[in-house]
Amino acid sequence: MRLALIGLAILFLAAFLALPLVAVFSQALAKGVGAFLKGLADPDALSAIRLTLTIAAIAVPLNLVFGVAASWAIAKFNFRGKSLLLALIDLPFSVSPVISGLVYVLLFGLHGSFGPWLRDHGVQIIFAVPGVVMATVFVTFPFVARELIPLMQEQGVEDEEAAIVLGASGWQTFRLVTLPNIRWGLLYGVLLCNARAMGEFGAVSVVSGHIRGKTNTMPLHVEILYNEYNFVAAFAVASLLALLALVTLAAKAALEWRFADQIAAAKR
Amino acid sequence: MTAAASTTATKPARRGWAFLAPTILPGFGTAFGFTLAYLCLIVLIPLGHMALRAADVGWDRFWAITLAPRVLHAFYVSFGCALAAALINAVFGLVVAWVLVRYRFPGRRIIDAMVDLPFALPTSVAGIALTAIYAPNGWIGALAKAAGFKIAFTPLGIVIALVFVGMPFIVRTVEPVLQDLDAEVEEAAASLGATRWQTFTKVLLPTILPALITGVALAFARGVGEYGSVIFIAGNIPAVSEIVPLLIVARLEQYDYAGATVIATAMMGVSFLMLLGINFLQRWTRSRHAR
Repeated sequence: MRLALIGLAILFLAAFLALPLVAVFSQALAKGVGAFLKGLADPDALSAIRLTLTIAAIAVPLNLVFGVAASWAIAKFNFRGKSLLLALIDLPFSVSPVISGLVYVLLFGLHGSFGPWLRDHGVQIIFAVPGVVMATVFVTFPFVARELIPLMQEQGVEDEEAAIVLGASGWQTFRLVTLPNIRWGLLYGVLLCNARAMGEFGAVSVVSGHIRGKTNTMPLHVEILYNEYNFVAAFAVASLLALLALVTLAAKAALEWRFADQIAAAKR
Repeated sequence: MTAAASTTATKPARRGWAFLAPTILPGFGTAFGFTLAYLCLIVLIPLGHMALRAADVGWDRFWAITLAPRVLHAFYVSFGCALAAALINAVFGLVVAWVLVRYRFPGRRIIDAMVDLPFALPTSVAGIALTAIYAPNGWIGALAKAAGFKIAFTPLGIVIALVFVGMPFIVRTVEPVLQDLDAEVEEAAASLGATRWQTFTKVLLPTILPALITGVALAFARGVGEYGSVIFIAGNIPAVSEIVPLLIVARLEQYDYAGATVIATAMMGVSFLMLLGINFLQRWTRSRHAR
């Protein structure tokens, strides 16, 4: 019974998790290392890598600040409507990525409500980098807050109250008392947020316009190359993203093993 | 709000309605204000705006667009495949969670970490990888072809992609409940003469069921909206393997904003109703178990 169940679980996971990973790397290297590197050194691929890094560098800090503010308000205070606020923060998780992009097209696209005004003032958001950033922020919105809220709720308010009573300012309390308590949970949330920000496809695909060298992120570049039957290059870029996923998983597992008590309820 | 929060600290809690409970901690006003403003700007206003745009289309046209055969079929494919995938995951995800919680074997930690791969792997990468495997010339696709059926470019391919995407939801929601479950309860059942199957259906399943339903709901909701991993493997044949998110993108590419908006709003409406139903089902199982 025991062996049968372990076998079944491993077989299922091998078919659904290990096999796709193996496929990515073996397809990327199918025509040798030379073709693999050529796919990555392509100027369009390089610009996609640069754009992906830029977008993550904007979206992750924004949602980090939001996550800290939201968890401070929700975990350290009791106010009316808290559970409604919690539900609304989770909302982007239950919205299709395609719709996450669509809502911004309807606002800022050429036929959107603010489209004509933006065009007259020479601002382009949709089919440009700002739109891609917005869609990414929407999709990765709850990640940091979701990790921090349960953690800070568990830690309670005694430490902070003591600091305030002893005369610390609000900022000092946050920096010297709260932050050290939540740093690993914070890192954990940032890790997950970053992985999604760099890997988002659906939402970004709707707003980007797929302009090579300009608004093409790595996941979008994978699609373009694949649809052009340039499989080796597509899987070469995909293998970089797969590597990012593996590094994320390894870092996440390391955090969970070493600081299990300090990221606590964070593991969902 | 900040000032009010710090002055009421020493007084006993006031009776009656108060937005904020008394506290000596500062910063509620700033943190709450920022949270609310950011939430409105990024999420609530854009989503609400979409609903308004859908309402602008008018009742008759709304239904004409939603009830068109091609759209209806896409709904059927999206919700059907997501449900099938969630149910497959309910079985295998439960087995995986059980094995990870109850048994110790070499490589368990690596497998445990790998379960989150679908969360971490970009969906377009998952999409092309699964297509490479399940296409007629792929590793598993070739086996299927020899057996006389196709996986990729059919609804079956969509189910495969959604099983991949939804699996961690089930495992991660069931795992903590299994961890809290005492093996003694099962031993008690067994020593009182219950068969393995009876122990499973009468003792284990009722305890796990609420968590399992939550996991299924999460996986289902994610599956309905999933785009990246599905479009490569689906083949996207209208009225056969076309999903709703793809239909939305297609309408946008034709500059049919009204069509895209209506379909998107209808999809959110149906998902919302289904999640409400699942929530209801969950309360019902929980109260039945409590009795």
